[in-house]
Amino acid sequence: MNQKAQSLIPDRSRIPEMIAKRESDLLTDWMREQLAATTLRSDLMRESELREQSRQFLNLVIRAASQQPGLNDINAPAWEEAREFLSGVSRSRAHQGFSPSETATFIFSLKQPLFSLMRQELEGDPRKLADEMWVATALLDKLGLYTTEAYQKAREEVIRRQQQELLELSTPVVVLWEGILALPLIGTLDSARTQVVMESLLEKIVETGASIAIIDITGVPTVDTLVAQHLLKTVSAARLMGADCIISGIRPQIAQTIVHLGVNLTDVITKSSLADAFAVALRRARMVITRAENHG
Amino acid sequence: MERIPILKMGDYLLVTIQVDMHDRLALTLQDDLTEGIARTRARGVLIDISSLEIVDSFIGRMLGNIAAMSRVLDAETVVVGMRPAVAITLVELGLSLPGVRTALNVEQGMSLLQGARAEQENANGRAER
Repeated sequence: MNQKAQSLIPDRSRIPEMIAKRESDLLTDWMREQLAATTLRSDLMRESELREQSRQFLNLVIRAASQQPGLNDINAPAWEEAREFLSGVSRSRAHQGFSPSETATFIFSLKQPLFSLMRQELEGDPRKLADEMWVATALLDKLGLYTTEAYQKAREEVIRRQQQELLELSTPVVVLWEGILALPLIGTLDSARTQVVMESLLEKIVETGASIAIIDITGVPTVDTLVAQHLLKTVSAARLMGADCIISGIRPQIAQTIVHLGVNLTDVITKSSLADAFAVALRRARMVITRAENHG
Repeated sequence: MERIPILKMGDYLLVTIQVDMHDRLALTLQDDLTEGIARTRARGVLIDISSLEIVDSFIGRMLGNIAAMSRVLDAETVVVGMRPAVAITLVELGLSLPGVRTALNVEQGMSLLQGARAEQENANGRAER
C-alpha cells in the first residue's frame, strides 16, 4: 500500500464495534444480497448451509477485527481462524463446482450491506464515513482476493491429483502369453512417465517371470531424441533383469524421424506392428500358433 | 577375512552374493573367481545378486569386468536376479553392462548357460570337451 493510502486509514476504526452491534441486521442484509445475486448456486448449496457459513464467518471477522492490529492486516495471527475458515469455504466450493466469481461473491456481496450499515451509523460525520469506507473496501478486497487464491489452489490440487492418476492409469503392463508381456504406451513420454513405465514393467517382469516384453509405441505421438533415450533406458533396465524388449508400433513417419535424428536403435529389435512383435516373441519362446483343423 | 563362497556345480560356478558388497570384497571375489575358473576349468559362471539392494558404479563395473575376464578364460557369465530398483539405478548411472548376459532367476540363468554352451559346441563342431 502506498504512502497516500496509508494516511487515509484512521487511527482506530469503529467498524468492528459497528458490526458487532448490528450483527443480526447485517447478516440478514448479507443473506438477502447473496440470495439475490445472479451468481447464487442454489443447485449446489442449500440456503441453510449458506446462512450458517455466513454467520460463522461474520463471527470470526468480529473476533479478529477486535484484536490487534485490527482491520488493516489480514495476514496477522489474529486473522488466522477467519483465514482458515475462508479457505475452507473456497476449497469446498471449488470441489462442488462453483466458478471463481461465484465463490468470490461470498465476500463481495458483503460490501453493500456493510456500507449501508456504516452510512446509517455515521450519518453525521461524512469525514469519518469516508475514512471508514476506505478501510472497509480495502479489507473486503483483501478477503476477496484471498478467497480467489484459495479457490485457485484447491483447483490446482485437483489438477495435480488427476495428473497423477492419469499417469498411473496410462501405463498398464499386460500379459500377452506365458512369459510375454506387452506395454502399450499412449501419450507423450517424459522423464517422470518413463520412470513410472520402467518401474511397472520391471515389477511385472519379476512378478510373472517373463523373458520378453513388447513395448508398443503406436500411441506415442512424436518420438524425439529424448523420448528415444527414455525408451532405450527402459530397454536396458529390462535387459539387466534378464528380459529382452521388442519395440513395436513404429509408424513410417516416426521411422523417418528416428533416422533423421540419428537415434541408434540397432541394439533393439524393432517391428512395425504389435502382431509382428508378438510373432517374434512366440518364436523366441519356442511356441507356434497353428490353425485349427476344420472338422466340418 | 570375509569372502563370498564360490560353489562348483558340474561345469559351472555358482556365486550367490548375500551380503552388502564393498569394494574390497568385490576385488577379492574377482580374484577368487578368476582363479576358480582356471582351476576347475568351469565353462560358465552364474552370479546371483537377488539379495543385493545397493549396486554402485564400482560394483556395476566389477560385474562387467568379471564377465570380460571369464570370457577370456572361456567361460560365459550370467548375472541373475537383479532387482528392479537396482536395474533402474544402473541405467541411470549409464551402466547397462553391455557384455553381461542376464536372466531373471537362477533357473533361467542356468538354462541360458546350457543353451550358450550347446550353441558354442555346435559352432565348434565338437561334441565333447
